[in-house]
Amino acid sequence: MSEILSLIVAKYNFWLYIILMMIGLYAMIAKNNLMKKLVGMNIFQTAIILFYVSIGYKYGATIPIIRGDEGGHGVHDMVIHAADYINPLPHVLMLTAIVVSVATFGVAMALCVRIYQRYQTLEEDELRMRLSDKSHR
Amino acid sequence: MNNMPAILVIAPLLGALISGLSAWIEKKFSYYIALTAMTISCFAALKVLGQVMASGTIEYRMAGWAPPMGIELRIDLLNAMVLLLIAAIALVNLMASFKSVEQDMPDRSSSFYAMYQLFVVGLLGLTATGDLFNLYVLIEITSLSSYTLIALGNRDRAPLAALNYIFIGVIGASFYLLGVGYLYIITGSLNMADVASILKGIQGSSAVLTGFILCILGIWIKMALFPLHVWLPNAYSYAPVAFARIVAPLMTKVMVYVMVRLMITVFGFDYIFETLNLADVVVWLAVAAILAGGFMALAQNDLKKMLAYIIVCEIGYMVGGAWLGNDTAMTGAILHILNDALMTFALFLAAGNIIYMKKRVEFQDMKGLFATMPWTMAGFVLAGLSIIGVPPTCGFFSKWYLLLGAFEAGAYHFAAALIISSLLCAVLFFKLFEIAFFETPDHSCDHAGNTSMNAGSMKSASMNGTSMKSAYLYDSHSHQPAKASSTADETCDGTNTAPDKAHGHHQVTVMAEAPLSMLAALGVAALSLVLTGLYSGAIVDNIIGPFLAL
Repeated sequence: MSEILSLIVAKYNFWLYIILMMIGLYAMIAKNNLMKKLVGMNIFQTAIILFYVSIGYKYGATIPIIRGDEGGHGVHDMVIHAADYINPLPHVLMLTAIVVSVATFGVAMALCVRIYQRYQTLEEDELRMRLSDKSHR
Repeated sequence: MNNMPAILVIAPLLGALISGLSAWIEKKFSYYIALTAMTISCFAALKVLGQVMASGTIEYRMAGWAPPMGIELRIDLLNAMVLLLIAAIALVNLMASFKSVEQDMPDRSSSFYAMYQLFVVGLLGLTATGDLFNLYVLIEITSLSSYTLIALGNRDRAPLAALNYIFIGVIGASFYLLGVGYLYIITGSLNMADVASILKGIQGSSAVLTGFILCILGIWIKMALFPLHVWLPNAYSYAPVAFARIVAPLMTKVMVYVMVRLMITVFGFDYIFETLNLADVVVWLAVAAILAGGFMALAQNDLKKMLAYIIVCEIGYMVGGAWLGNDTAMTGAILHILNDALMTFALFLAAGNIIYMKKRVEFQDMKGLFATMPWTMAGFVLAGLSIIGVPPTCGFFSKWYLLLGAFEAGAYHFAAALIISSLLCAVLFFKLFEIAFFETPDHSCDHAGNTSMNAGSMKSASMNGTSMKSAYLYDSHSHQPAKASSTADETCDGTNTAPDKAHGHHQVTVMAEAPLSMLAALGVAALSLVLTGLYSGAIVDNIIGPFLAL
């Protein structure tokens, strides 16, 4: 039991992102309102962003800007330990991913507005009803 | 330094920007700018293919940063072929699109062309790139532009179809991103070649397995492999026709390319077929996709929907071929990427021509089309035969390789599925040919029309735009099988557009062909079907064979 517990605690970031992702996925599948689905989609994407951010982190490390007192006197004096700095690459990647998710969210909201103007509702079952009405008529 | 690979991708990107801006000055400019950009890109693709065939893989460093850190465009024989395919289809479709965009959305044409070019940038980029994360970003660029373009279509249904596509597309892309994350954790690199060389040493790792499954799952969602296909039929059939013509042949096929690229270049055959034991399961999935796609296509009575389900079926061919695990089947799968893109393109061009003239493509609207639109239907027949797999056309050759591969691997269920689906396609297309060739169109109603003064007078009554009731009456008089009133209403509309046909008792067929630009595009596509078929041996020997031998 304690083994499992320590496994969970040691890799808590993975568990957290999986929980968040499942919350998002649940909302996307089970919710009836399109807006709620969109929020679920955003949670889903954020979970992955958090996952990436967490894998760049190192315990006791700092942001990757080289301190002035370490360098400056030629190559030999510049002793840089990679362990002192967190890995910036996943964070930079996530800047791009955030832009992508914002763009997606924007397009999706614009579509929601369009759908609302047309049908005066964002509830999926009502939309389905109206669409099938239309095709019967 | 030779900059062709960069020009190839950047030309449409700049084109999108300029044609979006130029709409402020003069709307017409945006089309010509798009045309110029596509021509440049197509020319560059041709040039790149020539270079790759002459002197091997091109590794283009973006902005001069060296590969594991910098992003590289890595173009080998497979890429070069797919790039040329994308650029050519985008160019030809753009030529055909001028008229249909003018008809569908005259007020938004410049934004259409801008988004169209962005879509092509995404496709070209994700084919050319050699970087896993860059691939994700470009997949998202492609998807974002396709969401907006699909939403421009059918006013009632397209926004909802696009929204559903967004939900599923985001899940797919996110899974891929997550998979890349796991690969990054274990390898510390994002460059495909670099990742591949590191992965060779750590094949047993469970992180690699997780990464692989997540990546492939994401790509499968994007390519609409059978149980994950639900978004495709609605999204493609409600899209504006000018966009449906390019997204249907290219989007799914490029995703198949990405899968092949991941399988061959990143993970490697050894890992997939020896360390993992998933191949059997995936081939069964492909079989399910082929059969389900075929049968669902059989149940449709709208041409666009039917073509969309045929795409689902064809995806099964390619996935199955790639996972059979021998060179013959892989050759078939890669050749089928090329062939299927051309066939689907030709089919959608023909459908686009019909839509341009008739507005609708339900099967009942296709009656008598051979008389009114002979050239379009000639192209349609050729493309249909190619989908079925009749020899001189290209569809036959890739199916042949796939069949040989299936026998080589002992996957008789896959071979059976291939044959059954060919039969299903034959049924589908010959049903359509029969409707379009033998059945006379409703609006002239001449098989029943000889009864009639009576029907004639009713006809003129309904033509005067009275009501649905009179149309219904007319139907019952002329001993037609009873029709839903909406159909009758439509037919009257049809009559209105072609009044001189309706008056005469003997049928005078009036040719009502699509504009020349659209016919020319269809002609090019149809010709390419035969040419690719005739030269498929050369393509396999010079491009696919050497690629697989590497």
